[in-house]
Amino acid sequence: MNAPAAPTVDLQAILHETNVQEVLEELDRELVGLAPVKKRIEDIAAFLVVARARKQLGLEAATPSLHMSFTGNPGTGKTTVALKMAQILYRLGYVRKGHVVSVTRDDLVGQYIGHTAPKTKEVLKKAMGGVLFIDEAYYLYRPENERDYGQEAIEILLQVMENQRDDLVVILAGYKDRMETFFKSNPGMSSRIAHHIDFPDYSETELLQIAERMLAAQHYRFGDGARAAFEQYLARRMQQPHFANARSVRNALDRARLRAASRLYAERKRELTESDLTNIAAADILASRVFQSPVS
Amino acid sequence: MRITQGTFSFLPDLTDDEIRAQVDYALSQGWALSVEYTDDPHPRNVYWEMWGLPMFTIKDGAAVLYEVNACRKAFPNHYIKVNAFDNTRGVESMCLSFIVSRPADEPGFCLQRQEAAGRMQRYSTRGYAADKPAGQRY
Repeated sequence: MNAPAAPTVDLQAILHETNVQEVLEELDRELVGLAPVKKRIEDIAAFLVVARARKQLGLEAATPSLHMSFTGNPGTGKTTVALKMAQILYRLGYVRKGHVVSVTRDDLVGQYIGHTAPKTKEVLKKAMGGVLFIDEAYYLYRPENERDYGQEAIEILLQVMENQRDDLVVILAGYKDRMETFFKSNPGMSSRIAHHIDFPDYSETELLQIAERMLAAQHYRFGDGARAAFEQYLARRMQQPHFANARSVRNALDRARLRAASRLYAERKRELTESDLTNIAAADILASRVFQSPVS
Repeated sequence: MRITQGTFSFLPDLTDDEIRAQVDYALSQGWALSVEYTDDPHPRNVYWEMWGLPMFTIKDGAAVLYEVNACRKAFPNHYIKVNAFDNTRGVESMCLSFIVSRPADEPGFCLQRQEAAGRMQRYSTRGYAADKPAGQRY
């Protein structure tokens, strides 16, 4: 007497069929650093794969809540990761279309009574089937003005987050401390968000790597001594206020490219080689305003 | 008497899943969907009240179902239909329109005959429900 074989599922097959691994590897390859974030996203992906396997065996459970909050300083890759997250969710079948609608307070909150609800609903409808990414979400709640319409937007958002969990995933993003205050004053919001992911700041070496990748993507590279100069630049810039991680790096490189172009333009009598056109010289970086202020 | 107008009206009422499938088809064709309601289903009443603006930017049928359900909640005893509009230049017309919700009780229409000059007969139809003022009909 043979007992009927217990039904099995192949996790490998699910992984293969959904190509999730591919997105995770892409995430790992394209983003420098962010180890804790990548770990959390892998955990979430694993959880979703297992949830799918359970469903195949008929172990029905309620759709897991997938709303997330991304906290971290500016320029730490929150938006980029949100785009990747949407792809993962789409491949695993937790959102149907996989598009990302990125909004801020302006897109949700109206200017007069009765304007907010339709505006918020419009955005929610647009995001259905995909991911709604609310950048700087803490601006929705303004405790100093009790008649602020932000509260109304939050209420509609909460209602849809709860009732239409199958239809859209909401990702809130913002600075860590301000998001914490936001969640404290809106406990309903906090309890409906399953995954809180914190984005750490980049280290100097990571920023340097990011800079090289950004340059390579635009067919530029650091010339002699320019890499060392950029390292010095980063060390100084990181001390200054309003340092926005990768975003500051990108801006610094954009300005360096500008200076490189005007330097070449100044010596236009000369024949230019390809390396002239691709190299960022040390002088282009050292000309930055950051080097003029004394090191504190 | 069951009102039959628009697509699928001779079929049993569509379930939400069936409505959803039709809406997804319309979206896949790039049509814009809108929800309309009325309590005067006379066949010549082609302009029903709009429930919100037509949805041009949505990507997924869930948004239409969301609006249909909101409309059903506000008008549980009205006729509600979903329209799909093709805004391609040169087409610019309705491509699909079907009733998704109707009152529990539909009294139907009366055929009215009018004697005109020289034993001529004129005919018109009038909904029994239309005797009452708008808003109290069903």
